[in-house]
Amino acid sequence: MLLELADVSLCYGRIRALHGISLIVEEGEIVALIGANGAGKSTTMRAISGLRPLSGGAVRFDSTDISRLRADLRVIRGIVQVPEGRGVFPGMTVAENLAMGAYARRDQAAIRDDLEKVFVLLPRLLERKGQAGGTLSGGEQQMLAVGRALMSRPRLLLLDEPSMGLAPMIIQQIFEIIEEINRQGTTILLVEQNAQQALSRAHRAYVLETGRIVQSGTGKELLDDSAVKEAYLGVA
Amino acid sequence: MIDQKTAMPRRTWRNRNGNGSPFRGRWARLPRSARWASLLGVALLAYLLPYVGSIPGIGPQIVTEGIDWPSALFNISYFVLLALGLNVVVGYAGLLDLGYVGFFAVGAYSVALFTSPDSILNTGWSWLAAVPVAIALTLVSGVILGWPTLRLRGDYLAIVTLGFAEIIRNTANGAEFMRGDRGFGGIPHPPGSLGDNSPIFGVRDATPYYWLGLTIIVVVIIGVRNLEHSRVGRSWLAIREDQEAAEMMGVRTVKYKLWAFAIGAAIGGFGGVMFAGEQGFLNSATFQLLFSILVLAGVVMGGSGNIPGAILGGALVSYVPDRLRGVEIAGTDAFQFRMLIFGFMIIVVMVFRPQGLLPSRRRAAELADRAKEATA
Repeated sequence: MLLELADVSLCYGRIRALHGISLIVEEGEIVALIGANGAGKSTTMRAISGLRPLSGGAVRFDSTDISRLRADLRVIRGIVQVPEGRGVFPGMTVAENLAMGAYARRDQAAIRDDLEKVFVLLPRLLERKGQAGGTLSGGEQQMLAVGRALMSRPRLLLLDEPSMGLAPMIIQQIFEIIEEINRQGTTILLVEQNAQQALSRAHRAYVLETGRIVQSGTGKELLDDSAVKEAYLGVA
Repeated sequence: MIDQKTAMPRRTWRNRNGNGSPFRGRWARLPRSARWASLLGVALLAYLLPYVGSIPGIGPQIVTEGIDWPSALFNISYFVLLALGLNVVVGYAGLLDLGYVGFFAVGAYSVALFTSPDSILNTGWSWLAAVPVAIALTLVSGVILGWPTLRLRGDYLAIVTLGFAEIIRNTANGAEFMRGDRGFGGIPHPPGSLGDNSPIFGVRDATPYYWLGLTIIVVVIIGVRNLEHSRVGRSWLAIREDQEAAEMMGVRTVKYKLWAFAIGAAIGGFGGVMFAGEQGFLNSATFQLLFSILVLAGVVMGGSGNIPGAILGGALVSYVPDRLRGVEIAGTDAFQFRMLIFGFMIIVVMVFRPQGLLPSRRRAAELADRAKEATA
């Protein structure tokens, strides 16, 4: 088990956003977290990456409790999050953005190797190497955000709404890239509103509703589930 | 949904020489030695500025009339210093600080408290002995302001910093040991004497003070430049451009924001220390809110996040009002209109060059990005 959330709750001030979430992610999996707006998907991500402190429960990574570990130390351990809305640094060039991804690392030679790998996986970034992040198209920015995260050599990649605001063709492309990254050995936890795409690509998935997990299963099972179909896939 | 960003023509912000402006491209291609030589030349020219009035023709146009030229230059020097310090906080780390005068005040008052015969501390130190203590105190005050405000952003942070400056000013006004508007007299000047035993730093001529200020500026520029290109600078840049993404990359945002506050404060403290040493007297009337606003206006107008921009902006906000002194417009001293003229100037710059007179190319790109987001 690479990641385990045990009864995690989290509050924003007085408002409880997560009511005891428990989930697991096995090494090598793609796990999707689907749910409506405000269900607590992004908050779950923040709990895992350490951006928000927990108010209860525990996050375990690689069998160690990291509930109180600082966010930057979680990056070093191999948990990296791609922010919602991509969060590309607009004034930095593509190359500088990628270099920021390796911020927590000191092994220069290996960083250069990884940069090569990112350019092989995402050749578009090589073409745009010297261009400012803010001038890229939405799809390119998403690729950059993913490439930047890969530069930290993640063991667990957290993707927050990678399809947000992208055209259907680009979404297809982004999900193919995600699958390729997974094939190369990175475990992926994916938050999505685009349930169709997420469920058809994920090995397993959880359905989140108002801060609680209401259903789980393999991607295929949930795709065929009538309740899920009705609520998230727009099929009656 | 159609992706508008893909459909839009690509902005070609790096089309000329692959870098913001044609000048910057040419500059970057110069060999290192040539760049150093020209910077040295600029520094040398800056040291010669007190004699600019003797250049026939343009000289008299440049020098100030209502205030002696060396004093005006000294004013410029501490404004430039403050602009450089504020540039670290606002320009690099992107933290809007409206109370920067507070640090200037802490620096100046620390010197006054340790040196002036009016001080209840009665230590009577020399100016030089008080300098490290004053800088240390401003650094600490930077951390004290920074610590509780770390979670705040944008407008909220601005309001708290504004409050900080007001606390300092009110303390200066109200607390007995700060002596209010009676102030502190007899603050010693910097040390050193000439061959005939007359002091280098006297009361008649401000030129040596200007040179001292300039020297501190050069040191600060070198320090700040090195920081900018270090891991610290990269962290600031990431925090400014997208704090959340920076955090996700493993940047310790709390730590680096504190660094920005502390370093910015210390540089502001240097300004205060110089000011106290030159004036020999200071009271609570010196540290008005307007001062913070002026320095901030200088940084933004000059080009936030860019050292040459901050220098130009800081120099302008000090020079322009001083230059207007003693010039008659319709029977009135133009100095009376300084805020009007000045405000107009700022508006013109902001309309035609919102990124500042000498912008940093990153800042320009961020601005374009934000404009794009706003219209999307």
